[in-house]
Amino acid sequence: MNQRWLNILGLALVAVIGIAFMILTPRFAELDTVLELTVYMVMAVLALSLALIWGYGGILCFGQSAFFGLGAYAYAIAMFNIGESTVPVLLAIILPAAFAALLGYFMFYGRISDVYLGVITLTVTLILFNAINSTAGPEFHIGTARLGGFNGIPGIPPLNWPGDRTAAVDLEGMFYLAAGSVLVTYFGLRLLLASRFGRIIVGIRENERRAELLGYDPRAYKLATFTIGGALAGFAGCLFANWGSFVSPTIFGLSQSAQIIIWVIVGGRGTLIGPIVGCIGIQWLSTALGANQPTGTDWWAKIFANAPLILGVILIAFVLLVPKGLVPTLGDLGGWLLGLRGRRGAERERFEPEAAE
Amino acid sequence: MAPLLQTRDLSKHFGGVHAVRNVNFTLDEGELRCLIGPNGAGKSTFFKMLTGQLEPSQGQVLFRGQDISSAHAHQIARLGIGIKTQVPNVFDGLSVRENVWLAASRLHRGEKARRLVDEMLERIGLTQVAGRLVGQLAHGQRQWVELGLVLSTDPELILLDEPAAGMTHEEVNKTAELVREINRTKALIVVEHDMQFIRMIAKKVTVFNQGSVLVEDQVENIMRNPLVRDIYLGKQAAAA
Ligand SMILES: Nc1ncnc2c1ncn2[C@@H]1O[C@H](COP(=O)(O)OP(=O)(O)O)[C@@H](O)[C@H]1O
Ligand SMILES: [Mg+2]
Repeated sequence: MNQRWLNILGLALVAVIGIAFMILTPRFAELDTVLELTVYMVMAVLALSLALIWGYGGILCFGQSAFFGLGAYAYAIAMFNIGESTVPVLLAIILPAAFAALLGYFMFYGRISDVYLGVITLTVTLILFNAINSTAGPEFHIGTARLGGFNGIPGIPPLNWPGDRTAAVDLEGMFYLAAGSVLVTYFGLRLLLASRFGRIIVGIRENERRAELLGYDPRAYKLATFTIGGALAGFAGCLFANWGSFVSPTIFGLSQSAQIIIWVIVGGRGTLIGPIVGCIGIQWLSTALGANQPTGTDWWAKIFANAPLILGVILIAFVLLVPKGLVPTLGDLGGWLLGLRGRRGAERERFEPEAAE
Repeated sequence: MAPLLQTRDLSKHFGGVHAVRNVNFTLDEGELRCLIGPNGAGKSTFFKMLTGQLEPSQGQVLFRGQDISSAHAHQIARLGIGIKTQVPNVFDGLSVRENVWLAASRLHRGEKARRLVDEMLERIGLTQVAGRLVGQLAHGQRQWVELGLVLSTDPELILLDEPAAGMTHEEVNKTAELVREINRTKALIVVEHDMQFIRMIAKKVTVFNQGSVLVEDQVENIMRNPLVRDIYLGKQAAAA
């Protein structure tokens, strides 16, 4: 019984903290802090997309940035052509989802092994990077939107309330939208994972062969999971294009792809809250390191000025020392402190084979 | 009456190893058959071809007259063949209840599924440990979990690959009892080494040796068959 109550308590806690954070931040924080927090929230949606695919679906996707970038580009290009944001937002979700479905179809129905799956997804995003990167010339345009190549697409028009192109979403509105998206995505995924579908994809992650022998088609379930993840990442991309009014091919790049995986590893695979925490924590750290770069020629100053290096060290430390990730490890610790562990241990001893009847 | 399951010249080779060769096997509706043979005789490989885990190199598998030789594992499961594999094949990271629920949910939803799970937990005697992770259970109990999974999908034909392996004497008796009970409504093929167990359950026995069917006969005759004693029972006696 306590497991169930702990779950409900945890959900309530997330809801209260999330809503309080969302309502209070714009009132008390400086505008540039709000802006900073907005991008953290956008990225948290992206982190959740991989949390679903990898953490629950067991699909090792190194190229989640492909869907993120496609979402951002789809929104930008559609926005220049249409001017009203309803259809561009839908396109930013549907196009990456369709692309994920197509790619997933070939990978899962082609029985590609897990390792190659990682390689293929990474390759796809790098191909997109190179393709978009080389569209700098004026001949590369879709409708009125120039692709801009390595220069990216600046001045992307902001979102508006559906149907009313004069009611543009302002910076504060953008924060509410991003934070609200994190909450809706989080609770939506919780519902999905509690459903029959969610429990089956976890079963497939645990033992694909067994699931198959029970009559479930793992390919279909993985494809559905991958497509949902693609849609979510695309939506995050749309928010990102809005946040900075700008998108460039680096969105498809190696460092962006790696970031998403690091968030999930640090926060904890197999949880939803973990990747959110990992995502926000690491971005905050990157910003802090960037802002407080020590100057000077001492060796230590040089090391601390190298943010990617420090992030790399943190990642390695996590993989080696906290392999389950932050949130599951804290959960274990909490459970142990509450004495759940002790009781389980005792139970184990009572159930030697002869006592099983 | 048409047979429930039939194989025609069924063969599987891995490179140069002929694991199963030209097996013509027939099982009637509702039949309980034992499959014995020394290690490496091809019994597990045979089961894998029946369940779509391996594609036959040659030959056919017919289930109720339908050719399932190249069907996918999940399709075959849906047609009504369930298998308990030799190496326990369960969801180790999930609770006993979640394991059984996943199986029951193939056919049932909501309250009905939950009720069936409770009944199955009672039937396999694991109600007390329903909340435990399967990976933490003793080997024998994990075998029971897998039996529960197979039974929950309500198959017409159940394949059991060494169901009594690693079980205590008492558990073996219980398993034999369960097999007889299942056989009141379902057909089964059981691979087992334990001759005690086979005597408890079997009527007809098929003996595999080096990938082929050596003999097929009633259990009393098999026990007396010198050829069988020689290649199989003798070896076991010598080892004992
Ligand atoms: N995947 C495989 N690759 C290569 N050889 C295999 C494979 N599976 C089984 N074999 C070989 O096929 C033969 C039959 O194995 P198996 O069907 O497991 O026998 P049994 O279940 O009767 O002990 C053995 O010689 C085994 O080594
Ligand atoms: Mg075997």
